[in-house]
Amino acid sequence: MRIEINNAHLVDPSNEIDQVTNIYIHNKKIASIGEPPPDWQADKTINADKCFVFPGLIDIATRLREPGYEYKATIASETYAAVSAGITSVVCLPDSNPIINTPAEVELIQQRSQSTGHCHVYVIGALTHDLKGTMLSEMAALKEAGVVGVTNALYPVSNNLVFRRAMEYASSQDLTLFFHPMDHDLAANGCIHEGMSATRMGLAGIPSAAETAAVGSCLALIEQTGVHVHFCRISTQRSIQMLERAKFDGAPVSADICAHQVFLSDREIKHFDGNYHVIPPLRSRVDVAGLRQKLSSDIIHAICSDHQPHEPDAKLAPFPSTEPGISALETLLPLAMKLVEEEVASLSEIISLLTSKPAKLLNINAGSLAPGCPADLCIYNPAIEWTLTSESINSRGKNTPFTGSNFKGKVTHTLVNGKVAYQD
Amino acid sequence: MQHFLTTESLSKDQLTAILDTAESFTNVDGRTVKKVPLLRGKTIVNLFFEASTRTRTTFELAAKRLSADVLNININASATVKGETLLDTLRNLEAMHVDMFIIRHQDSGAAEFLSQHISPHISVINAGDGRHAHPTQAMLDVFTIRKIKKSFENLKVAIVGDLLHSRVARSQIHALRTLGTKEIRVIAPRTLLPSRIENLGVKAFHKIEEGLNDIDVIIMLRLQKERMQGALLPSEHEYFQLFGLTQERLSLAAKDAIVMHPGPINRGVEISSEVADGSQSVILEQVSYSIAVRMAIMSMLAGNQP
Repeated sequence: MRIEINNAHLVDPSNEIDQVTNIYIHNKKIASIGEPPPDWQADKTINADKCFVFPGLIDIATRLREPGYEYKATIASETYAAVSAGITSVVCLPDSNPIINTPAEVELIQQRSQSTGHCHVYVIGALTHDLKGTMLSEMAALKEAGVVGVTNALYPVSNNLVFRRAMEYASSQDLTLFFHPMDHDLAANGCIHEGMSATRMGLAGIPSAAETAAVGSCLALIEQTGVHVHFCRISTQRSIQMLERAKFDGAPVSADICAHQVFLSDREIKHFDGNYHVIPPLRSRVDVAGLRQKLSSDIIHAICSDHQPHEPDAKLAPFPSTEPGISALETLLPLAMKLVEEEVASLSEIISLLTSKPAKLLNINAGSLAPGCPADLCIYNPAIEWTLTSESINSRGKNTPFTGSNFKGKVTHTLVNGKVAYQD
Repeated sequence: MQHFLTTESLSKDQLTAILDTAESFTNVDGRTVKKVPLLRGKTIVNLFFEASTRTRTTFELAAKRLSADVLNININASATVKGETLLDTLRNLEAMHVDMFIIRHQDSGAAEFLSQHISPHISVINAGDGRHAHPTQAMLDVFTIRKIKKSFENLKVAIVGDLLHSRVARSQIHALRTLGTKEIRVIAPRTLLPSRIENLGVKAFHKIEEGLNDIDVIIMLRLQKERMQGALLPSEHEYFQLFGLTQERLSLAAKDAIVMHPGPINRGVEISSEVADGSQSVILEQVSYSIAVRMAIMSMLAGNQP
């Protein structure tokens, strides 16, 4: 199949391209940019006049819910939701059921993705056995099976000795450690940022120190061991400052931010709406502003969705009893583009945080549209105005606080391996 | 008003209307009227997911004096049929043609959640949700204060104790502020004060002797025994030493200060028996006014029903 995309405004930060051009795709790969390859004859031509073309987005935090929680969502449903939103690579976390401890679970996900999936699926394996925080997982075997990193997700590691050893062992296997900074004792049974809203609503708070204390203690271990750690879902301004300082002092650290954390603060939580219940919690307005300011910092390697689709019942309860998480794949690019519109960062910076930078973090062949690269891309029409509704969401999970929000700009086509995986 | 969920969103006029209506249910001697037919034919369900004696019985009495049919349902959280959600429970009861739910639940936001998912003709009264609100208790407290002190403009009120876990205190603060109270103080060690409580419009004190100075109304909060477990306090003994209301400390307040407590009281923990039973204590008046105030709220909600 030869596909030609004409008059596209190509934004490919990894190759420093930001211009209107033509894209030629053949045999799953980018054949050329600008001029057609010799003897070119297209089987399909897409006119991308007045549209952007971006490398397919990479979301480094996607709960697919399969295996184990198919009543919430499946690999098929969520990878379709991904391509409908311009995302061509997703990374799932090990907190499925069973937990991703061994090559068997990795292969299960890989096979299910091959047979039912719509985009590339990468896996982050468990850092400790069953995520229980006491024994190391078989990281070498996981690496062999193809995981792109290890994490204990939102589960505590029992103590800093185990954590130090896990860091060093992961590093020996060349596996990136994805660390969710949370002091679980300080977080206790909190469900909202400890601040004015928690006090007013009488909800148990999670103090900012639950994150910064964990960041601080991890930084001490990094200083001791020299191991690279990627800090996931940073929610406080103070954490970023600590990480920047550590990086300045030579510590091998990186971090990511999820999109809703730079749009919503605890002040937006009204009427105990469980759709705003997320972990880490929506922080203060000062934090939101602080995170926005640091998006272009070289500490930040990705903007992600932290997609957590739920069945309706999971949110049909009083706020503290709802399950945390937002169905967020389909708002990732729309929110990111709002950041461009609001001049928080340039288009090229934002796109790099969704493509080339996460690709580098994961060490995967994606996020670039140079000739020879996989033809994963999306076409984005900036003029289409639309409203997010439960019906318009392709994910099985309709749990989002952005229902009813208006957006300008929409993905019209997504190509995965040179094939049209989604067309609006 | 269709529901009564919190004192936070109510205007001064609305609060005053409730107090005035409650007044009409009390006789000249301060006693509640025996029986009126305002809610005849209506069915009211007391749906309690947390243990309660005082609140539930006064709601029941209030409903009966309004001639309503009352159903008491106590659901021990641990005994809830597994898999049945709060919403399932509600829907089942709703099918029995209920007109009003009075709900107490351990989750903050539970009453508001129910009000959002209930049939439009049914009213919900919040009888306590988590740490969030207990608005009928707050209304009977301000009713008691108004009965004795007449107005709020020149009043200094202190709330003493475990504000972190107290839904009563939050509701009192909102009601007192809206009614124009001159000054509201909260007195507790930092472990028992929620963060940034000053933003609710109160002054925080960590020494009871400073906080009680020249105060007109003292509201003592109940200290739950389990607070010793989470390292919030060392012991009941030390709590009483530092924050217990004794006759000596009471003398720091204004001469005609009144002492209140939402009950049930822990003698010798937050309050000495001498003070609890003393001439400045209005704790039993609070209980007797609670029926009139709850009658007022129920009848006002019912008056709004089709």
